[in-house]
Amino acid sequence: MQITHLLYFKQIDLYLFYLTLTIYCIGTINFLIYLIKPRPFFSLLAFYITIIGFVFHSIIFIFRYFTYACFPVIDLHQSLFFFAWCFVGVFIIFNIKHKIPVLGSFVTPLAIVLLISSATLFTQKPVQIPPPLRSIWLPIHTTLAFLGEAFLGLAFCGGVMYLIQENQIKNKKWSQFLHRLPSLQTLDDLNYLCLSLGFPFLTLGIITGSIWAEYAWGSYWNWDPKETWSLVTWLIYAALLHGRLTIGWRGRRAAYFSIIGFAVVLFTFLGVNLLLPGLHSYDSFTSP
Amino acid sequence: MNIIVAGLSHKSASIEIRERLCFSSHNLTTPLQEIVNFPAIYEAIILSTCNRVEIVCTAADREKVIREIKIFLADFHKLSLDEITPHLYFYTGQDAIRHVFRVASSLDSMIVGEPQILGQLKDAYRSAVANKTTGSILNRFLHKAFSVAKRVRTETDIASSAVSISFAAVELARKIFDNLEDKKILLIGAGEMAELVTRHLVSHMVKELFITNRTFENALLLAQEFGGRVLKFEELFDNFAQMDIIISSTDAQDIIITYEKIAKALHARKNKPMFLIDIAVPRNIDPRVNDLPNVYLYNIDDLDGIVEKNRQVREKEAKQAEEIIEGEQMRFYGWLQQQEVTPTIITLKEKFESIRLKEIEKTFSHWEGLREEDKENINALTHAIINKILHDPINFLKAKGEKNRFPIEEIKKIFNLSDEEDA
Repeated sequence: MQITHLLYFKQIDLYLFYLTLTIYCIGTINFLIYLIKPRPFFSLLAFYITIIGFVFHSIIFIFRYFTYACFPVIDLHQSLFFFAWCFVGVFIIFNIKHKIPVLGSFVTPLAIVLLISSATLFTQKPVQIPPPLRSIWLPIHTTLAFLGEAFLGLAFCGGVMYLIQENQIKNKKWSQFLHRLPSLQTLDDLNYLCLSLGFPFLTLGIITGSIWAEYAWGSYWNWDPKETWSLVTWLIYAALLHGRLTIGWRGRRAAYFSIIGFAVVLFTFLGVNLLLPGLHSYDSFTSP
Repeated sequence: MNIIVAGLSHKSASIEIRERLCFSSHNLTTPLQEIVNFPAIYEAIILSTCNRVEIVCTAADREKVIREIKIFLADFHKLSLDEITPHLYFYTGQDAIRHVFRVASSLDSMIVGEPQILGQLKDAYRSAVANKTTGSILNRFLHKAFSVAKRVRTETDIASSAVSISFAAVELARKIFDNLEDKKILLIGAGEMAELVTRHLVSHMVKELFITNRTFENALLLAQEFGGRVLKFEELFDNFAQMDIIISSTDAQDIIITYEKIAKALHARKNKPMFLIDIAVPRNIDPRVNDLPNVYLYNIDDLDGIVEKNRQVREKEAKQAEEIIEGEQMRFYGWLQQQEVTPTIITLKEKFESIRLKEIEKTFSHWEGLREEDKENINALTHAIINKILHDPINFLKAKGEKNRFPIEEIKKIFNLSDEEDA
């Protein structure tokens, strides 16, 4: 009885998911058109469509909360889904505040990649909520960590834009992209801002995770692959922040760091779960 | 009613001719008054820049206007008709509309996309308005031209990139620093190009300018002109690390700004970006400094290359701009024609009505013993006949679309309807 109910909900969930993905795709197409034809009309249209997509994205999240009666980040699909939600949300707030719409041309494709890869990880079997996850620390730890990583994702997009723009200016390879992309100063400021927001969230995410680990597994730090790689991520960003503040690491070097850092973030997120067994890999919860 | 453009530009006349035919843009009152005093010309605007002299006017008769404008130009500038005629061009109707839209959008300029011409056209229009030589047609026409120019500028990349070396330098500076207001700029040496670049940077809000020269007096002169501070040439490297933009243009035969100097400055300013412009030949700045992080070195050839590339982009964008103009031109021409439809219909109706009244009066005066009732019937009958006859032609005139554009003049001729202006 309960299981048929759950399957029924999953069907609705699936339809909503593809609807959201379609809206995001339309938004992305407009953002890409904006990259080729920088008329304010396209950026506004793309941005509003992205906001509509985000609303549906949020609806699914709330829907799942009630379906599973818990904060829905209990398998890899849901985690990626929630991370994409944080990423788009952070971009929307960022764009309202700082007005760098061309950032959307880089952020929304990445968000779509995240959502599509989450779609490949849909689990058909009914989800059992494992005991260690039934805790108030679940929403706190995941939200903080994902918010931090979302900001670092923005820094990654800014870093890619910086490298494209810098290559044009430094090597005198001017193309029409020069006018599309913001100035090096703006992109470098963006990098610093995202880093100074993302890093504290990431730090808090790791700290809360370790407190939660103490509750769930009886030890603050277990050196499982997820924890180890989180530490690597943290060290990379700590080094960048330190370098920025003290010896003027900026520009291209900061952009490289942001790109490598985010690659490690993604590996910590996906690679560790899919390749390396450990306490964090969701399957190990469900198969005792 | 027709729009007619007469004039000459860099494409049709050499500078020698243009300077003899140009008008002082500060005082257009006399020529404007003179030209609207010609009987065939109703409204007029005079646009006079260093690249073109154009008279935009409205009139009914094209041939008369062309003759009058030639006489006006020759008399005003005390030249003979034969001297000016070969250099003049005339556009009427759709061609005239297209031409003015192209001029406003800077497609007809010597450097395609340069923004100056729109301002000059606006000034020319303002002078004409102040002298009351424009009417409803030219007012609408010019406002349309301004909005077309705006459309072209926002919807194409025609004006987005710099096509002169000094503008390219400013554009680069803005792509590196974004805001130039708090940046420090150092000019080493002098020279036409270096001064031009400096002038553009200063006009883009750069506040702190330092100037140095081997000859102290020369630096002093430039500093007075631009409002900068003078550094002694020997003290050049004392505050070197503070400088964000350095323009070098000395006649030194050697490199004066070495790799080490820049590397040291970069370290001192914690890798904050530096933009170096080396205009000198032979070069003043070691080309290897471009390999340093956050240092951007451009020499005169690099800037030239950018300008050349931008020029090609502009030419490509110009095609798209022409399409926008073509669409707007057709729409405006449609409006212009529409302006004549209503008066034509009214004159047509009036003419028929007056014929009817005249004939009825004639008939009634001969026909005795006609009852009031019969008179009313005859009145109604004739009225109905005229309405029936006119019904189709009027519908034809009112119909929107391409096909009714041309016949207005023909209908006027067929029914011998004259413009009230000629009366």
